Amino acid sequence: MNLTLRIWRQPGAEAPGKMVTYKVEDISPDMSFLEMLDTLNETLTERGEEPVAFDHDCREGICGACGMVIDGRAHGPERTTTCQLHMRHFADGDTVDIEPWRAAAFPVVRDLVVDRSAFDRVVGAGGYITAPTGSAPEAHATAVPKPAADAAFAHAECIGCGACVAACPNGSAMLFTSAKVNHLNVLPQGAPERESRVLDMVEQMDVEGFGGCTLAGECATACPKGIPMPSIAAMNREYLRAAAKR
Amino acid sequence: MPGAFPTFVAMATATRTPPSPGGQTTPRTSPRATPPPRPRRGGLLRTLWGSTLGKKAVMAVSGLVMLAYLVAHMLGNLKVFFGPADMNGYAHWLRTIGEPVLHHEWFLWGVRVVLLAAVVLHGVCAWQLSRRDLAARPVAYRHRRHRASYATRTMRWGGIILALFLVWHLLDLTTGTVNPRGQAEHPYENIVTGFGTWYTNVIYCVAMLAVGLHVQHGFWSAAQTLGVTRPGLARLCKGGATVLAVVLTAGFLSVPLGVMTGLVE
Repeated sequence: MNLTLRIWRQPGAEAPGKMVTYKVEDISPDMSFLEMLDTLNETLTERGEEPVAFDHDCREGICGACGMVIDGRAHGPERTTTCQLHMRHFADGDTVDIEPWRAAAFPVVRDLVVDRSAFDRVVGAGGYITAPTGSAPEAHATAVPKPAADAAFAHAECIGCGACVAACPNGSAMLFTSAKVNHLNVLPQGAPERESRVLDMVEQMDVEGFGGCTLAGECATACPKGIPMPSIAAMNREYLRAAAKR
Repeated sequence: MPGAFPTFVAMATATRTPPSPGGQTTPRTSPRATPPPRPRRGGLLRTLWGSTLGKKAVMAVSGLVMLAYLVAHMLGNLKVFFGPADMNGYAHWLRTIGEPVLHHEWFLWGVRVVLLAAVVLHGVCAWQLSRRDLAARPVAYRHRRHRASYATRTMRWGGIILALFLVWHLLDLTTGTVNPRGQAEHPYENIVTGFGTWYTNVIYCVAMLAVGLHVQHGFWSAAQTLGVTRPGLARLCKGGATVLAVVLTAGFLSVPLGVMTGLVE
């Protein structure tokens, strides 16, 4: 396969950026999107040009490091992470636009790399439980109802890749924050900080400059882990409950 | 904070000792690892007004207040199909609700005050949240794509159209300022004369389509903002939003269409 790529190149956080066109030839349909970019970078390095910077780590869809907007869609045309997107989903001769996540809270560091530490600060504000460290607690000490365990697990699938923010027309982190809040708030272990968790995490989310939710649903469509829209309504409920109780 | 240091030492030591059975809650983390407690601001209202979620809740509640009024308003409008005596009698009755406990028109003025508060709160929150939302996505994607529904994408412009229409509508049929007839106590005659002009029909029809779109996304959004999570109830709200939107738009449009077709004259 041969592709024409239009990639956002930006040498640094303060430097102006622009879309630059590259031709990539002899792409195997079995390559992942990142392997295709590796091929491009090898060519660029051989030519003495700067390779395209992009985030990646596990390359098996579980770490949340990779992420770019491909043809206007976070993580591209398939509902998966960029590393698990394969080139067979593109046709020979396609022109593909590749841009970084766009959000005020995710400033571009370089090319396709953005700074997502805003997510870390949202989690730091309340995405934890109070538990004694050291030896593992007795497994049956706290009974967890099966539905609660299932709900917590579904929300815990969030890998914090930022696709929800990138896809949202308001650059909102509601889906991410709701996944983290609900994950712990449905569990008995999360109960002691149930109110402060949602209040503090939402406050931090606002401080970081994320936009608000207009229920456009783009986030849940883009989420590679399938965190559903009702997660946001559940966090709204937790928030109003906590605000009334304080 | 006098005496803070010995407490911290005790907390730090406690990390290495298991909690005594039946004893008091033992602090388990060292003071350095624990972030300082966040300052808690004010009560419920200040919390809500200070956050994006809270402002959305204000928008949801004020929107539902206006929506309830719209349903009553639309049903009342249908009186026009029963002739001038029914319509004008209904309009007069609205002014006498609550008498003799309430003075003449007091109930009506009460409704107006509540509606004004709802409009102002809804508008101010929408303005502030929209500014935030636009600032949160300063750079648009080069590869543009529209995915959200038409109703979702037109909420802001739809809201502005509705605010402008509200001013026109009050000047037309409440004060009668821009109505060709504008006679107090004769709403039936004012309606028929007003919808005899092409511009009133155009303004009214555009606004009513905007109401439908706004309600369709707004009602469903309000349900989610207020935390409707039960799947059955959520489905009901989603379906209800569409039904409400269609019924409201059709009901409101029936009046100018009735005048235009000569059904009401």
